[in-house]
Amino acid sequence: MSAVIDDHGHVGHDHHHGPAKGLSRWLLTTNHKDIGSMYLWFSFCAFLLGGSMAMVIRAELFQPGLQIVQPEFFNQMTTMHGLIMVFGAVMPAFVGLANWMIPLMIGAPDMALPRMNNFSFWLLPAAFGLLVSTLFMEGGGPNFGWTFYAPLSTTYAPESVTFFIFAIHLMGISSIMGAINVVATILNLRAPGMTLMKMPLFVWTWLITAFLLIAVMPVLAGVVTMMLMDIHFGTSFFSAAGGGDPVLFQHVFWFFGHPEVYIMILPAFGAVSSIIPAFSRKPLFGYTSMVYATGAIAFLSFIVWAHHMFTVGIPLTGELFFMYATMLIAVPTGVKVFNWVSTMWRGSLTFEAPMLFAVAFVILFTIGGFSGLMLAIAPADFQYHDTYFVVAHFHYVLVPGAIFGIFASAYYWLPKWTGHMYDETLAKLHFWMSFIGMNLAFFPMHFVGLAGMPRRIPDYNMMFANFNMVSSVGAFMFGATQLLFLFIVIKCIRGGAPAPAKPWDGAEGLEWSVPSPAPYHTFQTPPDMSDVHEHRKGTGGELTP
Amino acid sequence: MNEALSTRRLVRRLVFVVIGMFGFGFLLVPIYDVMCQAFGINGKTAGAYTGAQSADEARAVRVQFLATNAAGMQWQFGPQADQISVHPGATQEIRFVAYNPTDKPMTAQAIPSVSPSRAAAYFHKTECFCFTQQVLQPGERIEMPVRFIVDRDLPADVHHLTLAYTLFDITSRQPPVAVNATSAPAKESLQ
Amino acid sequence: MSRHPCIWMGLGLSAIFGQAQAAWDVNMRSGATDVSRSVFDLHMTIFWICVVIGVLVFGVMIYSMIAHRRSKRQHSANFHENTRVEVLWTVIPLLILVGMAIPATRTLIHIYDSSESDVDVQITGYQWKWHYKYLGEDVEFFSNLTTPREQINNQSPKGEHYLLEVDEPLVIPAGAKVRFLITAADVIHSWWVPDLAVKKDAIPGFINESWTRVEQPGIYRGQCTELCGKDHGFMPVVVEVKSQEDYASWLGEKKAEAAKLAELTSKEWTLEELNERGQKVYQTACASCHQAGGEGIPPMFPALKGSAIATGDIEAHIDIVVNGKPGTAMAAFGKQLSEVDLAAVITYERNAWGNKTDDMVTPKDVLDFKQAEEATQ
Repeated sequence: MSAVIDDHGHVGHDHHHGPAKGLSRWLLTTNHKDIGSMYLWFSFCAFLLGGSMAMVIRAELFQPGLQIVQPEFFNQMTTMHGLIMVFGAVMPAFVGLANWMIPLMIGAPDMALPRMNNFSFWLLPAAFGLLVSTLFMEGGGPNFGWTFYAPLSTTYAPESVTFFIFAIHLMGISSIMGAINVVATILNLRAPGMTLMKMPLFVWTWLITAFLLIAVMPVLAGVVTMMLMDIHFGTSFFSAAGGGDPVLFQHVFWFFGHPEVYIMILPAFGAVSSIIPAFSRKPLFGYTSMVYATGAIAFLSFIVWAHHMFTVGIPLTGELFFMYATMLIAVPTGVKVFNWVSTMWRGSLTFEAPMLFAVAFVILFTIGGFSGLMLAIAPADFQYHDTYFVVAHFHYVLVPGAIFGIFASAYYWLPKWTGHMYDETLAKLHFWMSFIGMNLAFFPMHFVGLAGMPRRIPDYNMMFANFNMVSSVGAFMFGATQLLFLFIVIKCIRGGAPAPAKPWDGAEGLEWSVPSPAPYHTFQTPPDMSDVHEHRKGTGGELTP
Repeated sequence: MNEALSTRRLVRRLVFVVIGMFGFGFLLVPIYDVMCQAFGINGKTAGAYTGAQSADEARAVRVQFLATNAAGMQWQFGPQADQISVHPGATQEIRFVAYNPTDKPMTAQAIPSVSPSRAAAYFHKTECFCFTQQVLQPGERIEMPVRFIVDRDLPADVHHLTLAYTLFDITSRQPPVAVNATSAPAKESLQ
Repeated sequence: MSRHPCIWMGLGLSAIFGQAQAAWDVNMRSGATDVSRSVFDLHMTIFWICVVIGVLVFGVMIYSMIAHRRSKRQHSANFHENTRVEVLWTVIPLLILVGMAIPATRTLIHIYDSSESDVDVQITGYQWKWHYKYLGEDVEFFSNLTTPREQINNQSPKGEHYLLEVDEPLVIPAGAKVRFLITAADVIHSWWVPDLAVKKDAIPGFINESWTRVEQPGIYRGQCTELCGKDHGFMPVVVEVKSQEDYASWLGEKKAEAAKLAELTSKEWTLEELNERGQKVYQTACASCHQAGGEGIPPMFPALKGSAIATGDIEAHIDIVVNGKPGTAMAAFGKQLSEVDLAAVITYERNAWGNKTDDMVTPKDVLDFKQAEEATQ
């Protein structure tokens, strides 16, 4: 590790050169903007791949009966869809945004650990290459759901599970290194005078996200290591026969898994907290409470994991504890929503694509929050658990939450990245198609879930048929629309109206003080932030590591 | 460079946190076991009980016995009585019968689970075939006793208990030949 | 279907509409028990609280989006905090949550009280069927999906209870408190009947408890709700609630049936009879892996059509069906199927799909095989 840091000094003498030419620019780059772009492109490819698996799922569920795929392949599709979307699409997209924007937002010349940055990116294609290759192995790929509950994922797993475990290890290492880099950058590379309480919320939420990653990704690595040992080395962590317990798997997994949910949403909170003020032309309401609410959510995320396991047979006191703790999360989340609404209140609003996605984020994420609150109520959860109601819930949280947050960020910062304005008309079309498609796809899932349709089934009774067909139509619409996004981005890269340094008149932040497109090297001399006042006096201050 | 130095220190700390959390994942295993004992999660019971209690003749609790074969287990396995009535504090004995119908020696492990789980902590086994592994030769049949005490402190609103055993085939993990020698004395004592 | 005017997608939905009445159902059913009704009430209470909060928050937001557009207001206000408001919207949600937690806690405590039951049933999940055992009654049976493969493969019209029908439902008496002791033999399953509001995971090696008391006789349907492998979607739960009297006579019949089965074993069977019975057994027990046409899904599930096992040595064929093949997905059916069914399905496999061996395996053969197996040991 220390060798990597020593190299940081050497990188300095490259700084005045532009990017290297050809393939080696991308293979060997240590530039945060290049790496950010690679992360974003990787994430978009994973999004299309995971999305096409969702299309297979929705095509099979278009009608009752088995038409397109057999159940075993269907299970592989649901598993890979989940894994790829979580670990390949959402998380790398946020790391990409962090790479691009955090140095620009805090006035740093680059990330603190540029070589490690390169390495953590290049682990990802290796990890996903390995993961996707399992689909072509004998016996098929992972078919036990993205939550890979033992013993279905150990004793009863296909041979390829070992490769799945290695893939998880690799992407875990990648995430951890990314997170360490983010923490080091934020804590050590801020421009003079940039106190913590002057940081944009995106930086704040990413700082907290990075700590979550550092805390829980090793636990995920631990749980897959235990699986590996159970499968190959005769241990019995999760096998009752040898004195283990399959329920232990779920506890350890969800100890990782619940914070993971917030890892996928907190950076979106941060981005939206920049975008809504920009297009309301009004400062963010309640900056300090936003920071504290984020911290509170992160803390609570560690003590609610067993709400995923209400039907597993937890003692009554346990159920009550996890029910109450889960309900509590509604308070800081509510504070955030109220703050966003108050930010818009009496502003001077315009609705360009980033704002459209941000507003849809607030509304639809709140709907996902409501169903989350319903799911928190343990007795009611006995009816909702593992039905399509849960599928509706987490897609409402993750699609308009994480994904819309990423789209909003992408449109917001595309002018900074490319130097061109994107095509606003097409972007609005992208928004409306996504908005309608997404709601059409996921809202009816609440209905079929309540009517009694379990999740992860390839076939169903006719009483679920109508809404499933609606869902599939919505999903196809949402899926196809994303190709439009690809087109918009390429069009924006290749040309368009030149973007000024600050294309949004209401936007705040250091990133708008550099020209568009952002030069290859920025803030070689750090800006002085001492004169900028804090969001609230007296609460900030330097953190001494 | 001061900044590089402090970055190095910070990264070292974070790496320690990462290693610590990886270890914490494994630490969750014993923590979970402790929690299981304390709250009776999954109806897990403690090991051999050495205490003694006097019987509470005024109170009777119904104890049911269940036997389940895990997938692939071909033994015939079951209790000699489906249920009995016991006084808390009194020591009771019930026998389970196992028979190996296959043409191979096999090793088995029985896993106990008590329901309702909040009563598990009040169910003490002084002797149980689940404490050891069983090896049966082809066609061999044995009777295996369980001796237990239902604690006098069992909550008053618990009127019945279920003791369930699941029998797993662990022949591949514990080849019977090797186990035979070590577990032979234990088996004799069970006869 | 004519009841629903909302045919708003020109997609030819009508083919599907006719069959199920609940096709546009948007809400949970209140169910058939006290517990399910209190869960339903809880669900609706929280739902309406969420709706009210949603209307308020989204109302303010949408008003702001309309009234505070730049085209209407050139200049924005500049406020960015208000401690009193921020405290209020922290405290008020907290109070609402406490209000929700009280009834939730009450219902949960009620659900957890499974003491003093009238009937105890052990439920065991298998890949991919349920096994029910009436404790103290010597009655036990497997409950298999009966939906024909042709319906699943869209070769024939789907019935009303498509995928929600079984050969032997769990039968319980009305008005009685029935306790379920739930476990699994292989992977984790989850036993769910929405109308009873009972959902409990079946965990291999451990036992879970739940209970129900259904007032009205009727048939209640549910499904496995924990991903348990290939046929997770094909292991329904059907509970038939009978009046106390009907239940008693059903239980009597069930016991008599067991005796009759023993008799069947000694009956003279013809090849046609065995083939016919074997085909049915094959559909429920074998076809999900080896496929209806015997072609299997290699390499996981080998083909039987023309296979060495199904056309070769009879003894070896009986052995693999009775004892399974360790280390593979092939289960030991020796204890899951009766001797008659074992004989029938083996006979069927030896004569179907061009495996024309004309071999007949009688229930007696199977019994002899089992006894010989015991004797040699």
